Amino acid sequence: MTEVVLSEGELAPPRSLRAVLRANPLLTAAAALGVVLVLVALLAPLIAPHPADAGSATHPLATFLPPSSHHLFGTDPVGRDLFSRVLYGARISLAVAAAVIGFSILVGLPLGVIAGALGGIADTVLMRITDIFLAFPALLLALALASVLTPSVTNATIAISITWWPWYARLARGQAASVAGRPFIAACKALGLSPTRTMLRHVLPNSLTPIIVQASADVGGVILTAAALSFLGLGAQDPTPEWGLMVNQGQAYFATQWWLVTFPGAAILISALAFNLLGDGLRDVLDPRRVVERR
Amino acid sequence: MTQFLARRVALGLLVVAGVVVLTFVIARVVPGDPASNWVGPHASAAQLTAARHTLGLDRPLPVQIWRYFRGVITGDWGLSIHTHQPVLSDLATRAPASLELVGAALLLALALGIPAGLAAARWRDNAPDVLVRLASVFGVSMPSFWFALILQLVFFQRLHLLPVSGDYDPSLNTTHPLAVHTHMPLIDALASGNWPVFKSSITHLILPAIVVGSYPGGVITRMVRASILDTLGEDHVRMVRALGFPERTVFARFALKPALNPVISVTALVFAYSLANTFLVEAIFDWGGLGSYAADAIQSLDTPAIIGVTLFIALIYVAANLLVDVLQAVFDPRIGLQ
Repeated sequence: MTEVVLSEGELAPPRSLRAVLRANPLLTAAAALGVVLVLVALLAPLIAPHPADAGSATHPLATFLPPSSHHLFGTDPVGRDLFSRVLYGARISLAVAAAVIGFSILVGLPLGVIAGALGGIADTVLMRITDIFLAFPALLLALALASVLTPSVTNATIAISITWWPWYARLARGQAASVAGRPFIAACKALGLSPTRTMLRHVLPNSLTPIIVQASADVGGVILTAAALSFLGLGAQDPTPEWGLMVNQGQAYFATQWWLVTFPGAAILISALAFNLLGDGLRDVLDPRRVVERR
Repeated sequence: MTQFLARRVALGLLVVAGVVVLTFVIARVVPGDPASNWVGPHASAAQLTAARHTLGLDRPLPVQIWRYFRGVITGDWGLSIHTHQPVLSDLATRAPASLELVGAALLLALALGIPAGLAAARWRDNAPDVLVRLASVFGVSMPSFWFALILQLVFFQRLHLLPVSGDYDPSLNTTHPLAVHTHMPLIDALASGNWPVFKSSITHLILPAIVVGSYPGGVITRMVRASILDTLGEDHVRMVRALGFPERTVFARFALKPALNPVISVTALVFAYSLANTFLVEAIFDWGGLGSYAADAIQSLDTPAIIGVTLFIALIYVAANLLVDVLQAVFDPRIGLQ
């Protein structure tokens, strides 16, 4: 198999969705897993065997039960069904990821496209501001921010959002700047289109692909960061069925009640894995300069 | 070249100033009152006023920013609320242990990541590539705090193979006392030829280093693979291939070296990320570095300490970026000309 990088002007021939999925088994598996996770999040109240256990219900007679057919993942220190709580956890993690990435795109994309298309002083100012934000590892800045806010899922989401948008501004800016330099944008100008129309109808849509790829890969990163904040006590609070918090709560018992830590943590790993693979796979497929020829 | 470096340094200083302002803003959005944390819940109004004065909270905001800036430059980073010590001296005693841990983790990540990335590129789209790609995605997707607990469960609770807490066996302190120079037990033991402590430090380092090294390992592997595949497409490599050099030589002599340049920069970036990641790992392994200091500070709402750690790691990050730029300008003369 050889890879051919096409020169500018040529584009890879369009391929059907089925062909793309068949050529990328990892992408297919990741997409399937992602769909399952979203379904679990949406349908948690219907598929969880003990929906009330996702809240503050307690069962003093059923504490620390090991995994069995009745409680697939066992029960926690107050007798709640861990399987139900892990299912409900998908709602929180995916909602946080959607909120953070939605906010980042909403703020970062317009700022980046304006800076990239206009250049000049607006560009310089925006890039210096993002430089400062990107001088922190995202986890560190989110931790510092969350530590001065009252711990809750909402505040953890706000803290992560504030650290996340500069990445999208940078990405959109780079993309818009390269699109703005292409001949068809000069043609728009020559045709007398207004700058606003050029930006909205021509620069913006052509800057979107890397943003989409980044967004799908970032779901994993946001899930990990949010779980880390909750693990440190800076995010979700009991009785919220958040995966990181559940690992933290199980920590004290993990030598004897291994299931308390193992299952919620495995849920974090699997979700992060699914979206990271999805992002990688999409990057390979959507990069139009790259086609793979089978020999 | 000189002009390029001067520009980079100026930009770095600008970022540092911005970082200082940003940490100040974060410290000031505290809903709680740092002074009441300082004196505890049963303090009188007079004690509270005195504490406000000590912490400088009774001054107007511009004065506070100015004093904060001056403090950061002159080494006065405020007092930690939970240790009642100057934050900067706390950081100085805690940083070496974290540097030792992160250093070991990065060495591990490079030692595994470079050969793995090479193998993946060499046998692209075949079994080794798929395996390596999967493993590297696992590395970057791993929640480190959970990984730490699982490794403890397996290697300590079940197999009794490796120790899980502290930096070396404290009972050795009586039989083989360690001369402290650097606060890095491994280095100190090596320097003074204290082999029992050295051996104990190594065994204590393995599990935390694997946990901290998992993310950088994944990132470095992907970077090596991608970068080698890029280089293989370049003209000089195609030329070497056309001349009939064996594939082995093509990789070792012509593809690897230019491909390592981006690996240097990504290593510097994951270095600072890993320092932040120790917040989640050190407390679990009872490792006395920056991470467990920060975790304690978070538990006790110790804002000066949290801001201090944040600022410290951000400064290391800026410095690492600058160093990468300088190194690349030295190795790659094209960069200075842009």
